[in-house]
Amino acid sequence: MLNKLPITNKKAVRVAYGETLVELGGLDQNVVVLDADVSSSTQSKLFAQKYPERFINVGIAEANMMAVAAGLAACGKIPFVNTFAVFCTLRAGDPLRSVVAYPELNVKIAGGYSGVSDSYDGATHQSVEDIAIVRSIPNIKVIVVADATEARLATMAAAKLKGPVYLRLSRAEVPIIFDADYHFVFGKAHELVPGDDLTIIANGYMVYKALEAVRILNQKGIYPRLLNMHTVKPLDEEAVLKAARETGAILTVEEHSIYGGLGSAVAETLGQNYPVPMKIMGFNDRFGETGGYDEVLAKMGLSAEEIVRNAENLLTKKAKR
Amino acid sequence: MQLTAERLRALNEISRNLRRTVVEMIYTAGSGHPGGSLSSVEIITALYLEKMKFDPRNPLDPRRDRFVLSKGHAAPTLYAMFAYLNVIPRSELLHLRKLGSRLQGHPDMKSVPGVEMSSGPLGLGLSVGAGMALAAKLNQAPYHTYVLLGDGEIQEGIIWEAVMTANKYKLNNLTAILDHNGVQLDGICDEIMPLGDVAAKFAAFGWRPFTCDGHDIASILNALEEATSYREGPSIIIAKTVKGKGVSYMEGKNIWHGKKIDDHEYRQAVAEIGGISYAE
Repeated sequence: MLNKLPITNKKAVRVAYGETLVELGGLDQNVVVLDADVSSSTQSKLFAQKYPERFINVGIAEANMMAVAAGLAACGKIPFVNTFAVFCTLRAGDPLRSVVAYPELNVKIAGGYSGVSDSYDGATHQSVEDIAIVRSIPNIKVIVVADATEARLATMAAAKLKGPVYLRLSRAEVPIIFDADYHFVFGKAHELVPGDDLTIIANGYMVYKALEAVRILNQKGIYPRLLNMHTVKPLDEEAVLKAARETGAILTVEEHSIYGGLGSAVAETLGQNYPVPMKIMGFNDRFGETGGYDEVLAKMGLSAEEIVRNAENLLTKKAKR
Repeated sequence: MQLTAERLRALNEISRNLRRTVVEMIYTAGSGHPGGSLSSVEIITALYLEKMKFDPRNPLDPRRDRFVLSKGHAAPTLYAMFAYLNVIPRSELLHLRKLGSRLQGHPDMKSVPGVEMSSGPLGLGLSVGAGMALAAKLNQAPYHTYVLLGDGEIQEGIIWEAVMTANKYKLNNLTAILDHNGVQLDGICDEIMPLGDVAAKFAAFGWRPFTCDGHDIASILNALEEATSYREGPSIIIAKTVKGKGVSYMEGKNIWHGKKIDDHEYRQAVAEIGGISYAE
C-alpha cells in the first residue's frame, strides 16, 4: 500500500492526470476536455492528441472556458476544465461560482500547477489561495492530490461524482508514495501511519514531507499518526475527531495559505467539537517566490525538519494540559 | 415566417399582457428591474411562441431549443412567459423575490425547469450558449441555442472571448439577440462606455449580424428566420428596443434600470399598458 522510505521512484502528478484523462475519454463519450492554451503544461494535450474532436482549446480566456464548460455540462457533457490553479479559481472565479457551483453542474475543475509547484515562475503563477476560494463556495467538492497514483484515482473518482469537483494538481515530479494497492475513497481520510502521540494531517506533496518527518520523529521515540486528508471538502470530520480523542494534539501541513485551507477546515471542526492543541503549517499570509521547489517550500517553513519541530512543540503543549 | 394578421394581433396582445404582468410583479415585489424587463418582452414572445422548439408540457425535452437569458435581470419577463405557458403556476408570479419562492431575483435553473442557465452576473451567458451549441455539435443534436444579451452587458470582456470561441467553432447553431435599448444602470451606454458600431464589431469577429425592430414581432421573426438560415457561423440579431417600453415615464430612463414601482407609478403604468395580468 505504502512505498518504503526513501522513495526514489518519482512521477509528475500532471502526467498521471493527463494519462487518466485519456483513460476516461475511452470509458465515456461524454467526457470533454477544455484548456486555455496551457495544454502542454497541464498535460491535457494527451487527451487532445487522442480525442481531438472532444478537446476544446479556448485560447487564453479562462473565464470563458469555465462558462463554456457550464453550457456543455447543462447539455449532459462531463467537461474537465484545465488551467493553472491560480487562474481557474481567480480569473474564472465568477463563472465557477455562479454558473458552475450555483446550478451544481457536472464540471470538473483541474487546478494544475498548484501551491508553488511552478516554483521558478514565481508568485504570479503559484497558488496558495485556491482551496480557501473553492472551499467557501457551496456545492464544490475539493480533492488535493499527493502523488501520481492518487492523481489517477482521484481523477477517476471525480469523473464518477455528480456535480462540480475541484482537483488540486501539481506540476512537480514527486515521489510515488502509494503503490498499486492504494485504495482511494473520496471523503475519507487515509491513515498512512498508525500512532497515538499526536496526529499529523497533511495533503498534497506535504504528505511526503510528513512521512519524512515521521521517520525522524520515530527515531526520537515519538510515534505520530499520519493522515492523508486528500478530500478537504467534505472534510472527514469523524477521522479528525477520532484523532483528537485518541492522540490529543493535531498538526496540519499544507502547501497553501494557513487561512482557509486544510488547517482551517480541521480547526473549524476541532474548535466546535473537541478542542485540542493544534498547529497549522502552511504559507503564513504571504506569497511564494522564485526558486527551486523544495527550496521555496523550506523557506516558507514547509520541510520535514520544521514538521518535526512543530510536532515536538505540540507534544510539550499537550503535556502541559 | 409569415404570420397571419390575426396571429400577429394575438401575439401583440400577449406582449401587452406580459408587460402588464411584469409591472405588477415588480410592483408587488417592491424591487426589480422594470426597464430591461420591458424592453425584452416582444423578443421573448417571438422566441417562445413562434420560433423555438419548446414544449411547455415537457420543458426538459432533450430536443428543445435552448434559451439563455444572459441579461438575467429581465427574469420577470421570462417568468411571466412561463406562467402564460403554464410551465409554472400563475399563482406563483406574485411570489417573485419573496423568501422561499422559486422565482429568485435572477433566474435559478435548479429551481425552475425551463430556465436553461442560472444568470445574473453579466457576460457569462454567451459563453454558456457557446458551450450548449458545442454540445449540440458533439451530440449531433439538431437544437438551436439563443442567448439574449443586454447592450451594457457587451462591455464585459468575456463577451468577446465567447464571440471568438463561437467563430472558431463555426457555431451556426448559436444566435445571440442584443436587446439594444441604449441605456444601462448609470446612464446612456454610449456615455458610460461607448459600444460603437455593434454590428460591425460582431462582423469583424466572424459573426453575421442582422437587425430588427425589437418591439415589432414580425420584424423580430424575420430576423430570427434569417439568422437561423445562415449556415456559415454564429449570428447576432441587433434588436433596437426602448428601455422601459410601454410605460411613458420609464422609457429611455436609466433610473428605471432597477427601481421599485410605487403605488402612483403602478396605477399610471397599468392605465398606459392596459391588457390583463397573468398573475393570479
